[in-house]
Amino acid sequence: MEVLVCVKRVPAPGAKVPLTEDAQDIDTRHLGFTIGPHEECAVEEAVRLVEAHGGHVTVLAAGPPEVAEQLRYALAMGADRGVLVDTGAAELDPEATAAAVVHAIRTLDAEPFDLVLFGNESADAGHYQVGIRVACELGLPIVGGIKGIDVDGAAGDRLRLRRDVATGVEVYEVPLPTAAAVKEGLNLPRYPTMPGRLKARKAQLLTIPFEPAAGGLRKVRLRQPHDDREAAIVLGHGAAAAPAVVDVLEELGAV
Amino acid sequence: MLLTVVDEQPGSLDTLGMARTIGTPVAAVAFGTAADGAKLADELVKHGVGTLHLISHELLTDYAPEAFGEALAQLIARLRPEGVIATGDDRGAEVMAQAAARARLPLATQCVSVTGGDPWQLTRIRGGGMLLEDAELTAATKLITVAPGAAGAAEISEVRAVDECVVEAFTPELAPELARTRVVARTTRGDGVSLATAEVVVSGGRGVGSAAGYAVLEELAGLLGGAVGCSRVATNNGWRPHSDQVGLTGTKISPKLYIACGISGATQHWVGCMDAAAILAVNTDPEAPMVTRATYAVIGDVHDVLPAVVAEIRARAGPRR
Ligand SMILES: Cc1cc2nc3c(=O)[nH]c(=O)nc-3n(C[C@H](O)[C@H](O)[C@H](O)COP(=O)(O)OP(=O)(O)OC[C@H]3O[C@@H](n4cnc5c(N)ncnc54)[C@H](O)[C@@H]3O)c2cc1C
Ligand SMILES: Nc1ncnc2c1ncn2[C@@H]1O[C@H](COP(=O)(O)O)[C@@H](O)[C@H]1O
Repeated sequence: MEVLVCVKRVPAPGAKVPLTEDAQDIDTRHLGFTIGPHEECAVEEAVRLVEAHGGHVTVLAAGPPEVAEQLRYALAMGADRGVLVDTGAAELDPEATAAAVVHAIRTLDAEPFDLVLFGNESADAGHYQVGIRVACELGLPIVGGIKGIDVDGAAGDRLRLRRDVATGVEVYEVPLPTAAAVKEGLNLPRYPTMPGRLKARKAQLLTIPFEPAAGGLRKVRLRQPHDDREAAIVLGHGAAAAPAVVDVLEELGAV
Repeated sequence: MLLTVVDEQPGSLDTLGMARTIGTPVAAVAFGTAADGAKLADELVKHGVGTLHLISHELLTDYAPEAFGEALAQLIARLRPEGVIATGDDRGAEVMAQAAARARLPLATQCVSVTGGDPWQLTRIRGGGMLLEDAELTAATKLITVAPGAAGAAEISEVRAVDECVVEAFTPELAPELARTRVVARTTRGDGVSLATAEVVVSGGRGVGSAAGYAVLEELAGLLGGAVGCSRVATNNGWRPHSDQVGLTGTKISPKLYIACGISGATQHWVGCMDAAAILAVNTDPEAPMVTRATYAVIGDVHDVLPAVVAEIRARAGPRR
């Protein structure tokens, strides 16, 4: 099975989210980067599917050249090949991102993919649409919110996809090739091993430069949400705080 | 004209309020049978909506994201509305993204406010509430989804009822192939207190220390009739199932009381619990962001504080508990 996973490089802020002076981006001078948890699960699932059924895992990220770091992380988790779609430093709108991903997939057309995995939404922008736009452009079926993937059918040419809804679980059965947008909880991603990291560090990435046209959604500025919380009331220290805690629980009607 | 996507879910008509802040007239669109349409029209009359575009087709009798999106895209092509507004729940977001992709239109998701005109000026949520983004949306038909909880019902109460809501039937042309992404089976979850709806959530992070360490959280949650939650560190360590995880990539909750035990309060966790009416933080570190942003705090070790709280509750309840 040939599996493609699309991942995005996102900042990993702690308790505060600093902004740049022009309010266009998160100030990442003192922050690390990561791929979103949904996408980490997508990489893990792809690696497991290929371990079980053969084939290759390709990971693809569009963005500045630094996305190489996230591609190498996915390679260290067990992906076979990394594709860097170099679209420059500026954040892309979701139509432009989808165009870049589609362009890259068409460039890789010699080896068509059986399965294309996305995160349900990107961790920073959360547009909830890049995967659907790409699948639609490529004529692939796609279902979002997936938390379970089983290969089905005698010929292994169908997938059973499960997703959680408020009332329970919905099951979909789609023919390959297909796309799916997955959520954290699909699996428990592995930590890359030391040999995996070393191999990933040396791996060649395929770079595809692309300048997509802008879409109709234009970011003007980012803002911190308003937070007018007062300082916490400290009820006490250690076990001695228990009576004060239960007083509050009673006041709130919790006991 | 603005189109608002509605269904029978409670709160679905809240988006009408957001639509009216953008412009008028506002018409509704829904998927379903003639009977569904009649029922919705009765409700829409009270909300001052005079037209319901009812999309019906045999491929739409059960949820099918591609078919729903294609049908909506065809209705957009026919009516050429100024904008289409839908609730940003999982299904609403998916159908709108499908429609946007098929109609080749931009889509702004997770909006909390919109000002009409050309372009639309809007504010949307990023990172589950970590940041706000002001943006401009330029398109022949502008598509938005409303962040869950952002569309207040307030404006609706001021709206005058209309005499009648006319149901306009629309039958899209759907290729049978679109049935490939259709629900083929369903299982229903058992009862029990669910994380998403519990009034009290007792949640633990790295500070709980181990899977076994959650026993006292379970016990306290039991006494308070609540559910147990956790941070991503607990999930990643295999201490708790992911279904317990609160946060950006877990569940977003709004209980009456959130008790955060040994959780530092990283933004990705915070956005999942910040809508709680009250937060009690239990943490060894008085400077932890969860402690400073909570309503109440106890400085101390989870495994000293929680057993004492459990004992105190039992003591006050009397000797027979
Ligand atoms: C894109 C992205 C998405 C994410 N999504 C989520 C998400 O949905 N949910 C989520 O939770 N996280 C999420 N995270 C992870 C998040 O950034 C934090 O790493 C995580 O929330 C930290 O968990 P924690 O508070 O349990 O651990 P830590 O940050 O390590 O904090 C542990 C806390 O416990 C306290 N402590 C230690 N020992 C004790 C003790 N004995 N008694 C009392 N207190 C003690 C410490 O003082 C500290 O404050 C995400 C991260 C990224 C990058
Ligand atoms: N720059 C990117 N490069 C590769 N994949 C991306 C990029 N942006 C988004 N995606 C994929 O599309 C999914 C949905 O993103 P979004 O529409 O921004 O919420 C993500 O989880 C990724 O799998």
